[in-house]
Amino acid sequence: MAKIIDRKRLVPNIHMIEISAPDIVKRCKPGQFVILMPDEKGERIPLSLADWDEKRGSITCVFMVVGTSTQKLSRLRSGDDIPVCVGPLGKPAEISKFGTVLCAAGCYGIGAIYPIARALKQAGNTVMTLVDAKANYLIYWEDRFKEISDKYFVSSRDGFFDCKDYIPKVLKDVLKDNKIDRVISIGCTYLMYTCSEATRPLNIDTYVHLNPIMVDGTGMCGACRLKVGDSTQFACVDGPEFDGHLVDWNELFYRRKSYFNDEIRSLCYWEREEKPRKMTKEKR
Amino acid sequence: MGEDRKQLSPELKEQLRKAFNEEWRKELRKSIPAKERMKMSRQDMPQREPDVRNKDFKEVNQGLTKEAAVKEAMRCLDCANPQCVRGCPVGIDIPSFIKLIEKGEFSESARKIKETNSLPAVCGRVCPQETQCEELCNLKKATGVPVAIGNLERFVSDYEREGGKVHVPEISVSTGRKVAVIGSGPGGLTVAGELARKGHKVTVFEALHVPGGVLVYGIPEFRLPNDILNAEVDYLRKLGVEFRMNFVVGMTMTIEDLRKEGYDAFYIGTGAGLPNFMGIPGENLIGIYSANEYLTRVNLMRANQFPKYDTPVFLGKKAVVLGGGNVAMDSVRTAQRLGAEEATIVYRRSRKEMPARAEEVHHAEEEGIKFHFLTNPIRYFSDENNRVKAMECIQMELGEPDSSGRRRPIPIEGSEFIMEVDLVVVSIGNSPNPLIGKVTPGLKIGKWGNVEVDWNTMATSLDGVYAGGDIVRGGATVILAMGDARVAAREMHKYLSA
Repeated sequence: MAKIIDRKRLVPNIHMIEISAPDIVKRCKPGQFVILMPDEKGERIPLSLADWDEKRGSITCVFMVVGTSTQKLSRLRSGDDIPVCVGPLGKPAEISKFGTVLCAAGCYGIGAIYPIARALKQAGNTVMTLVDAKANYLIYWEDRFKEISDKYFVSSRDGFFDCKDYIPKVLKDVLKDNKIDRVISIGCTYLMYTCSEATRPLNIDTYVHLNPIMVDGTGMCGACRLKVGDSTQFACVDGPEFDGHLVDWNELFYRRKSYFNDEIRSLCYWEREEKPRKMTKEKR
Repeated sequence: MGEDRKQLSPELKEQLRKAFNEEWRKELRKSIPAKERMKMSRQDMPQREPDVRNKDFKEVNQGLTKEAAVKEAMRCLDCANPQCVRGCPVGIDIPSFIKLIEKGEFSESARKIKETNSLPAVCGRVCPQETQCEELCNLKKATGVPVAIGNLERFVSDYEREGGKVHVPEISVSTGRKVAVIGSGPGGLTVAGELARKGHKVTVFEALHVPGGVLVYGIPEFRLPNDILNAEVDYLRKLGVEFRMNFVVGMTMTIEDLRKEGYDAFYIGTGAGLPNFMGIPGENLIGIYSANEYLTRVNLMRANQFPKYDTPVFLGKKAVVLGGGNVAMDSVRTAQRLGAEEATIVYRRSRKEMPARAEEVHHAEEEGIKFHFLTNPIRYFSDENNRVKAMECIQMELGEPDSSGRRRPIPIEGSEFIMEVDLVVVSIGNSPNPLIGKVTPGLKIGKWGNVEVDWNTMATSLDGVYAGGDIVRGGATVILAMGDARVAAREMHKYLSA
């Protein structure tokens, strides 16, 4: 059992959850993830570490509400227990002095990329951040990123900020105006794919953090296997950081949505049978 | 490799001889002449009807009745030189426990087994007795039909558990030494039980959220119900064993970290947690699972009860399982139970070479599983959603024996054909889980990714660190893991007492 310290909605559909994890916090590194289970019937869901606090003995993850298990997670409150919080899992992100690194992220990935950006800054890199959202009210952790970024860009399709476009277009502009040595991209599969495609012709090293469905998270099952270059890799133990120019994106797109119909069935069942009828005074 | 058919140790020989000469044993032997015993026929294991059981996950074998168990026990000749014990990797005093059944002392019999085996209800169900104790049974040599040792082992452990009076043996005075057992599979549980009884403080670390390792994520409930396993785990808790779930040694903490926390000795029983794939085109298509993933989804995550449980699993109409081992049988029978119209085993050699237990193959056949022998897939085809829809296979013939002693399968040119499939489970074996080796400096790893040990002691290259089971052997069996664990526990006790 692991205790929930805090859970709050950051922006519509995206929540952060802070969990007491005194063992994990001592060893976790940027780019690693944990597996959570919201209750005994839930799925084991991998979530990137978005932050941690050694003094509080806690880790923080940011997640988007997609299926039943994330719905359940989004209803947890301070003091609740969850049956599974295991980690840290996966290889840490490669952190060293690369020069200028651009961190491009969207939705839950904004949280997931934060500790990597912070570590890159601490390692002496010039860090630029590009955050993508459909609309201005979906941006979060702006202050945190501004604090560690030498330059901070936003792309949103509502034109609220400086750029009104989807991330690859803005990314191309940023790449044109700045000398970038390395790009890290975390977000939905499409975002990571488009970022990788944008940098491919420019030959800029681009690393993505992949998030296929996992079960055990320790290399035992192979649910998260995908083709990278010529070989099949397990995202849970060989990754989650991979060279975006070598990933077989087509395969990953299909893998990501392979349980789409089941996810809908599961949600319908949960809405009908198990969803709490009354929303109590919940901290939003 | 370890000697699976060892000569009995002098101590065990002496123990068997003493038990053989006890007065009650002499009288029991005299009560029915050996000739009469040899005429008795083997008691059948009651089973649920094939076309009923292949639709649910309840246990197939129903266990012997008291009367049947006593009758079966009478068949045992109580030999002066019992060969059966030689076939048991953990060296159970088989004649003693069987004769206690004949005498009607079932609880005593259960205790007798537990002197050497902490998981009798598990072993009575999943051990390949027909190639171990029962194969060497003298009655088999005489009549062709051995004593049903496995069924009797299962009977007494069930009797004890169902009576609710599980005997907890005396635990030695606390030694103050701490032991970390890594992995809660059959080997880990065995080491934990042995060392806890000797007075050491044992903690079992498990990466998943339920204890049992392969016994819970791998073996389906129709062969080993979770309740049985839970009872065995509870028994260990009563012995003072602590379980720490959701803890990946190597990631959450390393062996060195645990040493600093005061652990004196370690047992690595992390199993063969790396699924092998064939490396043929299309193997990453949707609908192709490793057996580990498929069985874990169903057994651990309960996908068979989806959507009550959140984890889904693909329900194939035409399900194919590749391989001929016990895991393949478990997978194909699971697919059948999940509603496949056709559940088929595709195996590259012939029936004779299948490593699965005869009983499992027989059960599978009864339940309507189809078998394609001498057939091997060479590539897969997908539909527009990248989901597997067909598999190209090639026919094989058997050539000369290879290093495993089985005849090597050779493809027959021009024999390719297409099989329609919508679910494939790859069950061609597992390799040792590489995780612990990668993060433990100084731990010697062999060329197959296995942890290297001294086979006499199961000691690894690191001081105080022992290992056994599939992490050392690659994919083997529950009972071999338990045999390794017993050797390791003996040596760890010596190490801790020094």
